[in-house]
Formats: sequence, C-alpha cells, structure tokens
Amino acid sequence: MKGGASRARLAAGARWSALAVLVAAALLFPVVFPDPVLTNYGVFTLIFVTAASAWNVFSGFSGYISLGQAVFFGSGAYAVGIAARDWQVSGVAVFALLPLAALVGAAIAVPFGLVALRVRRHTFIVVTIAVFFIFQLMAFNFSFTGGSSGLPAPFLSWQAASYNNPFYYIALASAIGIIAVAWLIRRARFGLQLRAIRDDEDRARGLGVRAMRVKLAAFTVSAAATGLVGGLWFLYLTQVEPQSGFDPLFDLSIVLMAFLGGLGTIAGPVLGALIIEPGQLYLTIRFTNGYYGEILLGAIFLAVVLFMPRGIIPTAGEWIRRLTTRGRSALPVGAPQAPGPVPRGPEGPRRRPGAEDPPPEASEAPAREARQ
Amino acid sequence: MATQIYQAIVDGILVGGVYALMAVGLTLIFGVLDIINIAQGILVVLGAYLSYSLSVQLHIGLFLGLLITVPAMFVLGVAIQVAFIRPLRGQERTAMTLLVTYAVALIIEGVLYRVYGPDDRELSASYVTSSVHVLGFYLPYIYLLGFGLAVVLVVALYLLLYRTRFGRSVRATMQDRTAARLVGIDTSRVAALTFGVGVGVTAVGGMMFGATNGGFNPNSGYDLISRLLAIIILGGLGSIGGALVASVFMLTVVSLVDVWSPNWANAVFYAALVLVLVIRPTGFLGRQAVRAE
Repeated sequence: MKGGASRARLAAGARWSALAVLVAAALLFPVVFPDPVLTNYGVFTLIFVTAASAWNVFSGFSGYISLGQAVFFGSGAYAVGIAARDWQVSGVAVFALLPLAALVGAAIAVPFGLVALRVRRHTFIVVTIAVFFIFQLMAFNFSFTGGSSGLPAPFLSWQAASYNNPFYYIALASAIGIIAVAWLIRRARFGLQLRAIRDDEDRARGLGVRAMRVKLAAFTVSAAATGLVGGLWFLYLTQVEPQSGFDPLFDLSIVLMAFLGGLGTIAGPVLGALIIEPGQLYLTIRFTNGYYGEILLGAIFLAVVLFMPRGIIPTAGEWIRRLTTRGRSALPVGAPQAPGPVPRGPEGPRRRPGAEDPPPEASEAPAREARQ
Repeated sequence: MATQIYQAIVDGILVGGVYALMAVGLTLIFGVLDIINIAQGILVVLGAYLSYSLSVQLHIGLFLGLLITVPAMFVLGVAIQVAFIRPLRGQERTAMTLLVTYAVALIIEGVLYRVYGPDDRELSASYVTSSVHVLGFYLPYIYLLGFGLAVVLVVALYLLLYRTRFGRSVRATMQDRTAARLVGIDTSRVAALTFGVGVGVTAVGGMMFGATNGGFNPNSGYDLISRLLAIIILGGLGSIGGALVASVFMLTVVSLVDVWSPNWANAVFYAALVLVLVIRPTGFLGRQAVRAE
C-alpha cells in the first residue's frame, strides 16, 4: 500500500509541475515570439481553448450536446459593441465592458435553457440549432444591431508590434479561469450530479438530483465564459457581422475540439483547441479559396471519430497505462480486486480479468456498452 | 389583401410539398437508425447538382434524370452508412454520428465547390417557368408536379414499409433493435439499406429544390438543414406522415409571414418550432418515446 501511495504522490507532483511549466510557457509565449503573426495565432487559440472548455463544462459533463454556443459568443460580441456605441466608451475602457459580455451570455442562457433543457438528446440538439438561427436572424433584422453590416469596435491606437499582447493575456486569463472552474466543478458534488445526469437522468432524479437546476446552472456558467470571449474576440477583430458572430462553424469547431481531446475531461478540450485552431487558421491563410481546407477538416473529423472515438486524452491514458503495467499487476498486492465484470472499452482489445487497473472512468464503461 | 393571403396559403402548401420531399429521407433515417443526418442539406444540393449536370451536359430531362440520380444517391447513402456510421458504438454515439455526418457534409461541400464553383445554378425546363391559372390562383406547373411527386413518394414509402417483407424488418428494427436481431433480422443490413433509401429519396427532393429555389450553390446546404431539422422535429422524429404535415404547415406559416415582412419569415419558422416544443415536446405525430429517451 505504502509504495502505491508514494507513487501516487509522485504522479500528482509531476502533474502539478507539468502544469506550472505549461502556464509559464503560455505566459512567456509573446515574450519569446513577439512576432504579431504568431501572437495572432495565440490569441485565437486561447479564445477557442476557453470556448471549448466552456462547452465541455456543460455538454461534456452533462451529455447534452449543445450546438448553440455561438448564441452566447455572438451575444457577447454584440453586447460589447452596442454598449460601446451607446455609452460612447472608447480607448482602453472598452475592456471594462467584458464582464457585461459574460453577464449578457448568462442572462440569455437562463430562458434559453428553461426552454431547451425540457427536451433531450436529438431534440435538444435541434432546439439549440433553432435558437441559434433565431439569434442570427435577429442580428440581421433589428436596427440596433446594425443589420447585415454589423458593428465596429472602438479604435485602439496601439502600436502594431505589441497590439496583440493585451488580448493574448486577457484570453489566457479567461482560459485559465474556465479551466479552473471546470476542474472545481468536476471535483465537486455539482460535477458528480452532472455526470449522473449524463449516465442516466431518470435514475439521477430518482436519487434526488434536481436535474433542471443542475443542468441550467452548468449551461449558464458555460454561457458566461463563452460570452466573455465573444466580447474579447469582437474587440480583437474590431468588427462583428451576423454571420461571423453567430457562425455555425464556431459551434462545430468547439465540439470537434472537445471530442478530439476527450469529452468530459479537463485537458481534452484544451488539447483539442491547441491542435485544431492553429491548423484551421493556417489552412485559411494558406488556401484562400477555402474548399481544400474544408475537405481536409472533414477528413480529420472522420479520422478522429472513427479511429479515436473517445478522444486523445482517454486513449493515450489507456496506452500509457498499458505500457507501464505490462507484465505485472497494476493493483497493489493484496488489494481487493474490483468487483463485477472487467469493463472493456468499445474499441479496446479483450483484457485478461485483473491484469490491469480499471480505467478511472471504469464505472461509466458498462453504461457505454449497454447503450448500444 | 385577401387574395394575397389566399395566394400565400396556396403557395405555402405547394412549397411544403417540395420540403416534404427533402424531409422524408431525414426522418426515415432517424426513425430506423436513431441518428440525425446533418449531411441531408448538402445531399439535397448534391441531388440538385446531379440533375443539373444530366440536363445541361447530357440533355436528359429533369424527371427522366431521376432514374439515374436516385439509384446513384442510393448507392452513395449505403456507402456512407457502411463506411462511417456502422463502426460507431457507445454512449456518445448520438453526438458522434452528428459529427460524422457533418464531416461528410463538409467534404461533399468542398467537392461541389471544386467541381461547380461558387456561382448560383438553376435547373430550367419548359414546365419550370410556366404556370396554370385556376380559380384566380397562379399554380406553377413545377410545384404541382412536385406536390404530386411528394404525395406519390410518401404513399410509396408507406407501401414499402407496410406491405413488404423488407418494410416489416425495418419497422421491427425501429421498434426494438435487439429483439429484431433475436428473431433473425439482419439489422445492420436493414440500417444500410434504409440509409440508402433515405438518401435516394433525397435525390428527388434535390431535383425539386433545384428547380424551385431560384438558384442554389454549394453553400445552400446550411440554411436547408436547419429548416429540415425544424420540420422533422415538428412532425415528430421518425414519422413520415408527420414530415409531410409539418412541411405544409411550416411553409404555409412562412409564406403568410412573408406577405407581411419577408425579413422575419425565417425567424417565425424557428420560433414556431420552439413554441410547439414547449407545448408538445414530441411534435405533431411523434411517438412518446422521443422525450422519454
């Protein structure tokens, strides 16, 4: 037992120091690579890290796949734009409007959630798409949103060489913020309730989970973070139009990021965004005519879903575990073995019972199989 | 004003027939495979482009061309199902099928851009532009043909589902996949063929869409898929009759709102969906099971 405990402490220490190195690298990135072309990649990537993590807090944990996150993103952008125009905010003060963007996102999420969260699975997905299109149409048709030409952001008279840096650090702060929130939620009772809803909502209700309240809370948290980066994105691009603020590709991109990295994990959406967003930006710049990038993105999509259906983080975790425990029992000697059948991932090879530690999500695996 | 409203109702019903042709494939695939085919929008557009190529390059009439495009799209559908959808398993299957079909849509869209370019195309024939004047209403021939085709197709699908051996195994698979397998039905074959039939039917919808929409390009799929999803949810997921009813209802509403304000016609479309779902989460003709998981 003692050896196992010290190994666990060692692993935790390694994880914390790896995290510290990552945060330090992220903080130093604009210093080491001051080229605006590269910091531009950094800003977009961090915005998507935040958006994908925010999506994951609701959809990844609860299993309700939302394709309407762009509602909050676009609303955040428009909230900042309209407030800056009507209250005549200019200069650096516009950044003080970002909390408003988060607030507007959250305020929209409550009625949206109260309607959409009444239905489940496919119907929920379609309702989120419908609400998304209603918002896009409102942006087109109301006069206070500037119609089809959209809204401009106040001009910031900064030097071009370091223009991106403040945006980079705000995006980094919001990314770290939402990751911390996701981590706290996952560890808390709240996170457990969300995952109970994902596995079996009716049973969770039976056990006393107030499903509607829990789902709505997660939806609102996710919306606030998405609204915030929506506002930041608007200030960075200095322009929002109905099609760019409320963009269906935004929804699908963040879903793909979360899936690629690993749905429901903390690091998954981060990793997915770090891989996909720079790739997408590069393709957009490289192939201006668009369709090669589209075909390539579709092909990557298919490859991920078919060959790595659980995402990089869970799959890689399983590989590492298989490598490090090869030929010996991962369970400490004398420890009781996990009762019940040894769960088997849908794509994994058959394992010898007791040969390996069940994966951390072991309790979910039987439910996965049962759903077929 | 009154004649304008009557004409709007008639238009709505006729356009509804065209939308029904596009929506039945989607709802059939959902009913049997329990997946939402996001690629449906772009498959409609693909069907339109295929008809376009046949009529412009080979001078084959639009309706005659269906004899070629329907089987071609059927084969494409079976191939998509076997290659990309059959391997998916597990708890996140709902979301993953969504992503896979979306990826397929992206690839098809990219290919269509590559082949046809971004310019608007339109299907033309003598019966596309002419109309008949009945009781003071203008009824374009193409819509009459389309509506007739929609009714014929829905009846044919009903016959296929309720009068054939294949139809019986499809319905058994819809009701309970495990039980169907236990009584000896090859459910994965049924799934592949149903996907093929759903996509094949879409070729007809695509031809009608191309002839009536007043121009289409590879980007037309997005607007279309959201409308079709709203229709099949409203009609009750998996219900073919419901898709027909919901298409006619929705397009009539759109056409009426269009008289008052063309800008808001689309918003009303989605608002109607949200409103109906709040009152009745299973749609018009839906099975209760849709909500209860």
